[in-house]
Formats: sequence, structure tokens, C-alpha cells
Amino acid sequence: MTEAGTVYSVILAFLFAVAAGLVGSFALMKRMILAADVISHVALPGLGLAFLWHFNPLLGGGATLFLGTLLIWRLQKNETFSTEVSIGVVFAGSVAIGAALTPKEDLVDAFFGTFEQISGLTFLLGVLAVALIVYFIFRYKSALILNLFSPELAAATGIRVNRLNLFFLLTFSLTVLIGLRFMGALLAGALIIIPAATGRRLANSIGIFLLASSLASVLAVGIGFLVTAYVFRSLSIAPAIVMVSALLFCLSLIRPKT
Amino acid sequence: MAIIGPNGAGKTVLLKALLGLLPYQGKVRWSPGVRLGYVPQKIAADRQMPIRVRDLLAAKADVLKLHPDSVDAVAAMVDLRKEVLRSGIGVISGGQFQKALIAFALLGEPTVLLFDEPAASLDELAEEKVYEVVERLQRERHLTVLLVSHDLSIVYRAANKVLCVSKDIVCFGAPREVLTPATLEAMYSAPPQFFLHRHGEEPAQASKASEHD
Repeated sequence: MTEAGTVYSVILAFLFAVAAGLVGSFALMKRMILAADVISHVALPGLGLAFLWHFNPLLGGGATLFLGTLLIWRLQKNETFSTEVSIGVVFAGSVAIGAALTPKEDLVDAFFGTFEQISGLTFLLGVLAVALIVYFIFRYKSALILNLFSPELAAATGIRVNRLNLFFLLTFSLTVLIGLRFMGALLAGALIIIPAATGRRLANSIGIFLLASSLASVLAVGIGFLVTAYVFRSLSIAPAIVMVSALLFCLSLIRPKT
Repeated sequence: MAIIGPNGAGKTVLLKALLGLLPYQGKVRWSPGVRLGYVPQKIAADRQMPIRVRDLLAAKADVLKLHPDSVDAVAAMVDLRKEVLRSGIGVISGGQFQKALIAFALLGEPTVLLFDEPAASLDELAEEKVYEVVERLQRERHLTVLLVSHDLSIVYRAANKVLCVSKDIVCFGAPREVLTPATLEAMYSAPPQFFLHRHGEEPAQASKASEHD
């Protein structure tokens, strides 16, 4: 692969940041931070298998991510059983299975990501996925807002709430999948959640919130790249991005909450 | 029409079944072309959400593919002021929030409005305002209103039919005929302590309900 692979990788990272900001804003309002973490961690067993049997990690991660998404969706529907309990079990379980399956030398990459060149095809698929995510968020923005406000009123308005929740979770998982390789399973969820928290601090209307979250996310990726390229060259990209993201959040705390 | 009954009798469940939000046995038959508006009893909404009243109304207008102007139209119907529309859903008063919910229900020009205790948790002044809005809508827009309420005075005032729901009895008819002390006692399994105020009488002479015909 050539220089182009690096450029593709960087561009896709920024696109991922935009998607993460948008999806994260809604995830934050849906109070599904925990579920978000689980979904990204569920990718671990799949990643482990992929490393073990030498096939594309995105395929393995994607497969278990999809299963995890359906699981969370089922759990959300089931109101009699505490979602938090089941999430706790699935969360720890997948990390353990992932750790057991993944060959030792690949463990750090699987957990914390690795920056690598990507092929034109992967890039194209990534761009397509981001386009799909952005389309979904803007196409269903109003329905999502109503569903956030009150699932009951949303249903009374004619929205198929259950289907909408599944679509949202799938969108969420797709976002995680895009970030999976370079952010790692442990940190892919972080770029969805932290910039949204920052955006929330700065916004009091939905439009500004989406914009601020995406900007915070893009900024974190940008500064993260700069820091690892010019200042701390030995630092991995994902921890750098997440630390910058957390720092931006801390800065947002300075502004009195509106 | 008003729906009354003790807590846990199934008033809210009845409304939700009518709306198709809950599975039910039997048949719900609405006249063709009916459009339902629903004002729930309480919203477990996260009031911290960065959503303004206008965002919320606009979202419903968007889902129903209504003209954006319809938001201002329903806001005017319930006297929601511009500055309230611009405020976050978490910072407005309970009374304003309730009005916003009514405006929300009015989007899409419903022919039937289902109210689940619209004035619960409001102080008397706010409660009065909400009922004023409900009565005005009934009068001016010829809406059918199904009202779940604990407040017998509003039932007498605004309803021409009342449905009682409880474990033991179900009754239906005009409030003054159906709401006899005996039914109320059977329904709530305790004699109701309320006073009926009749206009033109001295307040001191207001008769106790059980003494009233």
C-alpha cells in the first residue's frame, strides 16, 4: 500500500468523528451510555477470533457487534429484567472472552486500536457507512426527538418505536464498527460519548447540540493526530484522541451551565 | 365525556387501549376518519434534554408532514407565548408544560382529544387555566373530549357524559344522574366528602352532596 492508504485512513477517521458526534448526541439523550459501552466491547470476541484465525478483524468484530446489538435491543424491550444487570454481565463477559481468544501480541491492538493504512475498498465502504449514518440521523431526527421525549407520545403519533430503536442501535453499532480498528474496542465507544457530553454542556437546543458534539469530536481527532505526529510520537492514536476529547470536556465545564 | 374512578381502576389503561398503545381484547371502534390527540397523565421526560418547546412541536409537525406554521397555530390555540416556545422543556412551569402538551396533542387537527388528568400536579390557578383551554377547544373547535379526572367539579362542569370505572361497578350516563352518592360510595368504597356549590346560593348554604337530590 502507498501514501494513499494513510490519507484514506485519516479522512475516514474524521468522517467517523462526525458520525460519532451525531450518534453520540442521541445516545446521550437516550441515556444509553452503558449500552453504548457494551456494544463496543461486544466486538472483542469477534476481533479475537479474527486475529486467531487470520481473517479481517472488521468482519469478526462486525459479526459479534451485530449480535450484541440485537441482544441489547431485546433487553431494552424486556422491562421486567433490569437492563443494567444484563448489561453488566454481557460487558464483562465479552471482555473476558475477547481477552481469552485474542493472541497476546494482538491484545493491545484489539483493545486500544492501531493506526494502519486502509485499502481503497475499505475506504469506500467506510464513506458509504458514514453517509448512511448521517442520512439516518437527519431523516429520523424528528421521530428520534419525539421518541426521546416520550415513547408513548411517539407511538401515539404513529411512529413505530420498536423499529426506530432497532434502527438507532444498528446505526450506533455501525458507527462503532467504523471506529473499531483505529480506536480499539475499549475506546471506540469513548469518541461517541465524550464529545456528546461536551456538546451537551455547550448547547440548549437540539441543532446546536448536534453541531457542537460533531465539532468536539472532529477537533479531538484532529488534535489527537497532531499530538501523535509532532509531540508525543510514541503515543498511540486512540488514547491520544480520547484524552484530548476528555480535556475538551473539562474545558467545557468552565462555561456555566445553561 | 369524563372518565372517573379510583386509582388503579384502569382509567389510563382504558385510554391507552383506545389509542392502540396497549394490547387488548375486544374491539375498539372509532368512526371513520377520526384523528386522535393524546395528553398523557405524566411524562417521564428527561427535562434536562436540550430540547426547546418549539423543537418538540416542530418534530411532531415534521413527522406528520404538516406545514411548519401549524406549530404557531396550535401554540396560539392554547395561549403559549413566544418566549415559552423558545424555552427549554425543562425550564418552563408545570402549567406551561401542560399547555405545551395540549398544543402537542392539537397538532394534526385531531377530532377527538384524550386527556389523562390534565391538571394533576398543578396548582389551582394553573389547573383552572388548563380547564379553560380544554373547554374553549370543546366549544370552538367542536372537539370530542375524553377526560380522565379525579376532580368531580370539573366533571360536573365540563362533561355531558360520565363513565365510572372501578373494580366493582361500571356506570355510564349524564353526571347528575349517574354520580349519585351511592355509586360514588360503591366506586371509591368510602363515602366521598365533597360539597356541591350551587350558584345563587350563599356559600354557607352549599349543601353536602349526600343531601343533594
